[in-house]
Amino acid sequence: MLTLQIVPYSEIADLSSVGRIRKLLTIAKQNKIVLLQGRLKKEEEAELIQATMEEINKDFKGIELAVVDEQSSKDAGGLEAIRSQLSSIFLGDRAGLTIIGPANVVKAIKKDPKKIELLTRDPKQKKKKK
Amino acid sequence: MIKKFKSFLTKLLKNIFKSKSQLKLGLYGPPNGGKTTLANRVCQDWLGENMGTTSSMAHETREIQIKEQITIKSKGKEITFNLVDTPGIATKIDYEEFMKMGMKSQQAKKRAKEATKGVIDAIKWLDDMDIVIIVLDATSDPYSQVNITIIGNLAARDIPVLIVANKVDLKKANIKKVQAAFPQYDVVGISAKYGNNTDKLYEAVFKLSG
Repeated sequence: MLTLQIVPYSEIADLSSVGRIRKLLTIAKQNKIVLLQGRLKKEEEAELIQATMEEINKDFKGIELAVVDEQSSKDAGGLEAIRSQLSSIFLGDRAGLTIIGPANVVKAIKKDPKKIELLTRDPKQKKKKK
Repeated sequence: MIKKFKSFLTKLLKNIFKSKSQLKLGLYGPPNGGKTTLANRVCQDWLGENMGTTSSMAHETREIQIKEQITIKSKGKEITFNLVDTPGIATKIDYEEFMKMGMKSQQAKKRAKEATKGVIDAIKWLDDMDIVIIVLDATSDPYSQVNITIIGNLAARDIPVLIVANKVDLKKANIKKVQAAFPQYDVVGISAKYGNNTDKLYEAVFKLSG
């Protein structure tokens, strides 16, 4: 069974970078797929990769990560673009979607402008009892 | 705002006190893109020696490797830099994948542990780079989030970036797809293994270093 956990941006808005990363990684380590409203800062994405590497062990193999941007605000010009940038600076980047899937569950994420494909692992292939 | 100002100030001071010969050119990218093959090509072309070992198995380079004082020349100009070959950046590392390629369990676990440390180090070193070449496998999907994250982080740090679409000697190579993925950057298609188009790569490095 696949579990998707939706995380509204408001849940991470007031957290520090470390807090945000810990929160998202804790969910992913529970073998749940995180659907975060919006996106992390670029530096936080890199920190997420670093933190993931520190957590890797025989049970947690890492994550699959994909960020889907909201294209309409990116393409917009003039006032709309300024409004979007200002809102990102002051309120955080709430547009788009970030998907964080534990590598134990998600084999790969393929992005397409109109769809996202999550290739999952066959549960039968999961750990054999020792 | 304060963070941005601090980063600007640090960069300014670094540039004032750094001589041209200390320029650091980093090779970044996902595992198996051909970073070390390219590092070897550059070192062979200008120093007549190799820099590191290569393998078809991912995460062969697990430590930062530096070759100092490489001087390249093109059209009467020359530039000297320290070449920094970095471990491939990944979001997952599974020791069982190494076992599938014939490694014993203990050895595979050790390699995975070293590889995770390598990824952390590679990201830490981003701040120290003056110019970065992103080495992508032109036969693979360029839209991976790792590529986007690395390039986004370099852009946020105002570090000049050149994208290399490597392995153009292979039939499946698709430079146009790499160009379409990163339209705001120069993309040079090369074969680091056979040395195809490396002259264009060196010209692009000159252009980037200003």
